[in-house]
Formats: sequence, C-alpha cells, structure tokens
Amino acid sequence: MDRRHVQETARISLVTDGAATGPALELAQVARRFGRRWALRGVSLRVESGQVLALAGHNGSGKTTLLRVIGTALRPSKGGGRVFGKDLVRDADEVRARVGSLSHAAGTYGDLTAHENLAFALRMAGLRPDHDAVRATLETVGLGRFAEERARTFSSGMTRRLALARLLLNPPKLLLLDEPYASFDVAGVALVNEFILKTARDGGTVIVATHDLDRASAVMERVVELRNGQVVGDEPYQAGPRLAATLPDTALLGGGD
Amino acid sequence: MGMRGEIYRATSLALKDLTTERRTKANFNAVVFLAGLMLLLFGFALGPDADALRNAAAGVLWLTVLFSGVQAFHRSYEVELETGALETLLSYPGSRKAIFVGKLLANLAFILLVEVIVVPVSAVLYNLPMGRLFPGLLPVLFLGTLGFVTLGTFYGAMASRLRARDVLLPLLLFPMLIPVLVASVEATSALMVGDVMGEMASWIGLLVAFDVIFLFAALLTFETVVEE
Repeated sequence: MDRRHVQETARISLVTDGAATGPALELAQVARRFGRRWALRGVSLRVESGQVLALAGHNGSGKTTLLRVIGTALRPSKGGGRVFGKDLVRDADEVRARVGSLSHAAGTYGDLTAHENLAFALRMAGLRPDHDAVRATLETVGLGRFAEERARTFSSGMTRRLALARLLLNPPKLLLLDEPYASFDVAGVALVNEFILKTARDGGTVIVATHDLDRASAVMERVVELRNGQVVGDEPYQAGPRLAATLPDTALLGGGD
Repeated sequence: MGMRGEIYRATSLALKDLTTERRTKANFNAVVFLAGLMLLLFGFALGPDADALRNAAAGVLWLTVLFSGVQAFHRSYEVELETGALETLLSYPGSRKAIFVGKLLANLAFILLVEVIVVPVSAVLYNLPMGRLFPGLLPVLFLGTLGFVTLGTFYGAMASRLRARDVLLPLLLFPMLIPVLVASVEATSALMVGDVMGEMASWIGLLVAFDVIFLFAALLTFETVVEE
C-alpha cells in the first residue's frame, strides 16, 4: 500500500475512532416520502459501534430506503440522524467518508476491467490506487484471474464480488449491505459473512438489510424488523432466529406490502 | 477533502468516461454520423447557391453541434445508470461538485473532438475559407461549446432522474441555450461573412459572461438536482 493511501486511511480512521466512543448511528423519527407514498414513517434507531445489525422485512418494507437515507443518497423528508456524531444532512460529505455501501446494483463499469474498476473507486475516494493491493483484493474475492478482463463479461455473481472488493479495499467504519447474499453462491455467501465479521472485529459497524435471515444468522447480533416503513420488532439475536421464524407469519398477516 | 483532492477526483471521473468511450466508440461514431448527415441535409435544404450556403453556414454549424451533442449528454449519464453506478458515484466521500466538473470535462473533450471533424466537413460542404477562418474560430468554438456543455451536463444530470429523460432533456436544455446559440452564431457569422458592424468583441464578451454565469449556477445547484 503506498504512503499516501496509508496516510489517508489512517487520517479517516483517526477521525472515526475519535467518534467511535458514541453510537455509530442514531436516527430520530426519520420519514421519507416518494411522491404521495411514505416509504419510511418515523424510524428511530440507535446502533452501537461494532454491532452487526440485521434489518429484516419484506419487499417494500422500507429497508433499502432506510439504508439510502443512512448513506446520504436520500435526504429524509422528516426527522434526522447522525452517523458517528455527524449530521446526515448538514455533514453529508463527512458521513460519506465513514460509510460504505453495497446495494442491489453493483455500480461497476462494464467497459472497465476489474482492476480498473477498483482503481477508479479508490481515486473517487480521493486515494491513490495501490495496484498491488488491488490485485491482492481481487485474489481475495476470487477474481484474480479476471483482473484484466472487462466487467461486462462477468456473471452477476462475479460482478457482485467485484462490488464487494471495492469495499474490502477501502473498508468503511459503517458498512451498509442491501441484500448482500443475492446472486452469490455458497462460497460467495461465506465471503460476505467473513467480510462482515472482519469489519466488526476491526471495530466497524454493519447493517445488513435482508429478507434471508438464515444466511445472516451466522453474523448478526441484533435484528430490527421493518414493516410499512416502521420498526415493528427490535431484539438481540442469540440462540435462535426468533424474528426469522415469525417472518412468514407476518407476511400472511399483511406485513409485506 | 481539499481543492487538490477534488480536482483529482474530477479528472479521474473525466478520464474514466473518456476511457469507456474510447473502448466502445459507439457514441462518438453515432454523434459524428448524425452531425455529418445534418450538415448534408441542411445543405440540400438551402440549395446550391454558394452565397446562401455561406451566409447560413454559422447557424447550420452550431445547430448541428447542438442537436448531435445532446446524444453525448444522454450517454454520459446512461453509463452511470446501466449498473446503478450513479448511486455509487454519489456515495463517495467528497463534494459532488467534483462529479459535475468531471462530467463537464469529459463532455467538453468529447464535443470538441466531434467539432474537429464537423468543422472541416462543414467548410467543404458550405464553401468556407478554413485557412483564414481557423485562428479566429478557435476561441469562438471553445467558448460556445463550453456554455453548451455546461448546460448540457447540468440538465443531463437533472433528466437522468426522470423516466422520460430522452424527451425531456432537449425540452429543458434548448430554451436555456438560446443566448449561447445566438452569441455563438453571431460571432461565427462575423468571422465567416465579415464583421461589418464591428460586433465581434461584444459577442465574445457575451459568450464569456454566459459561460461564467452558467458555470457558477450549475456548480451551486448540481448537488440538489442530482439527488433523488
């Protein structure tokens, strides 16, 4: 890793570590509207640093919208929140310096090679790409052999691995994963879970939005359930996935919108 | 992130856009072909009269650049929308102004490159003395293109969030382009048929003023329009 990359990473780590004594995330009555439809209706949430939280809920429950609000891709229509003490709206630039996200879409460029995609991601984060680190990261996600191939030729699973590599290369303090197991095979799921555990071990905080709690059960410590844009369940996860077991029932009761 | 960091991000984005375009050439070929076709059709519409062609050449040239250039703005954001890359782009730390500047630089390089082909072709078709025109035409082309690309990049970002973006971009963009179009055509026309009224400097001054105003306004409001 080159000196500038190390210095920049260290600078960000220092800033975030300074704030890591408080909660990683605090949301107060966050609501978000798309036209006349409310996707979030007064979500309040506090997530401590180092915690792995699973955000459960059916399609349309508001999971993706909530992650996008936390990642500053969307402004809340009402309410507000803080990430490591930084306001989601006023300090959006600083929030983005601490948050990394993997969404439904891979966000990669088909006409760039895998290596170029990662180098570009580093440059857009204001870092000079360390090409050895890029190659090593591609090896880690199983794309080492395809480093110089254009992403357009990749399968959806490989594209997801490339998107994951982007996060591995520049690990955030707050990791937001939206349906991270989609398109992954068994090895890919293990890779995602390994990354989540490593992030948590290093003091990072992880929020995993998924309707597949079985796969997340290996890593999650707490489950928050959303329904119709509201928090309807919040409990620690220990021996058995209680909320996971109840999800099909809530769907039958009209939970999935 | 300091100013140097933001410039680094903007140039990285511009280089990424130009690299993807260089590899596919799909957009460049289409835009150049469309521009050539428009020059030809305008020529047929105006008839064989050499004086009529020369008098209309400035307007035809700029309209050709404008109509074909809109394709470039579509493509500029389409690349980002294909795999949800725009969302990722917006999630990087740092100011989103760097994204606007990066897109602007890439689009500017693209349109100027199209003009490198379109201007000599129009000189041949419209019987223009290129050797005499060229030195004076360069600053006019650059200033006019900068104003056009600034607005195109800005409205392209705005339209990228809309469902009917292909239709809405020209509808949003073209009315705003009228001042740049008038100033560019008048300055180019003064070069081609002679500056009898001595208005050339005024038109150039007007172009500079429009460019500065549009550039600052776009930089100030880009973050708002690019958000959903």
